[in-house]
Amino acid sequence: MKYLASFLAFWKDLLIGDDWTVAAGVVAALLIDAFLVHAPIMAWLWLPVAVTIVLTASLWRV
Amino acid sequence: MTAWIVLVLATFLASTVEAVEALTIVLALGVTRGWPSVRLGTGAALGALAVLVAVLGPGLRMIPIDTLRLVVGAFLLVFGLQWLRKAILRASGFKALHDEDEAYRRQVHEALAAGEAPRAGVDWYSFTVSFKGVFLEGVEVVFIVLTFGSARGALPVAIGGAAAAVALVSGAAFLVNKPLSRVPENAMKFAVGLMLTTFGIFWAGEGIGVDWPGSDAAILAILAFLTLYSLTQVRWLSRHRARRPAAAGGSS
Repeated sequence: MKYLASFLAFWKDLLIGDDWTVAAGVVAALLIDAFLVHAPIMAWLWLPVAVTIVLTASLWRV
Repeated sequence: MTAWIVLVLATFLASTVEAVEALTIVLALGVTRGWPSVRLGTGAALGALAVLVAVLGPGLRMIPIDTLRLVVGAFLLVFGLQWLRKAILRASGFKALHDEDEAYRRQVHEALAAGEAPRAGVDWYSFTVSFKGVFLEGVEVVFIVLTFGSARGALPVAIGGAAAAVALVSGAAFLVNKPLSRVPENAMKFAVGLMLTTFGIFWAGEGIGVDWPGSDAAILAILAFLTLYSLTQVRWLSRHRARRPAAAGGSS
């Protein structure tokens, strides 16, 4: 049980890190993009912009 | 071709940074407690990492390429943004810079304080700490190598970039016999964060079905955009910090 907890903590630290909102923001951005690719708009523009929004929100909370 | 160069550069830089950190632990243990158990622990960790690549590498090839790129891109994006976030905070003074000399001193202090309790001819403290240090730093390298290699169908190239970095760092450490504190780790971490995030955006987008203008050339455009954005953030955050000088953080 202790090893499982350590294993999960390791992956949580590796993938989620200090700020869980970054991971949540990335998932939300990808979900929105999955809808945008079917719309007649420039879906490629969304991801870089969304990433900077997510990162800016995280950085300026420090 | 450009994408391949950036891919090799990213795996090489990320592996160099992790290898330098693992080496600091190994050196501190070897110098203070002797080398035999440290060599054993390091060898066991490298063996475990090789098994991980051998098992997961071929397994990833069985996943359809679009699904693989989406999953790999999403993981790289989350992982890369953490590197980039920390790098921006370090560069703007909100987080302490990573100091390899300080990490070495701390490791030496802990190794001396641990006492001696060898069993079956093995110093288990040295074995365990060196195994853990090399394995945990190595898992990040394995993660980057596997994700980059599988999403691009270039696992040998990614492994080559990582192996070259480990060989270079090990060779340099063997020659100078002290921590490689002059390696510009903080700048390299910044570059790695930018590259991981760039490939994360590109592959996650491809996996979803985004049609990138200019195909692979979009990688350079995303990288340039993120670099400009990050440097602007560093500048703005530095100014913001100057107005509230009490702000400071820890290193990791």
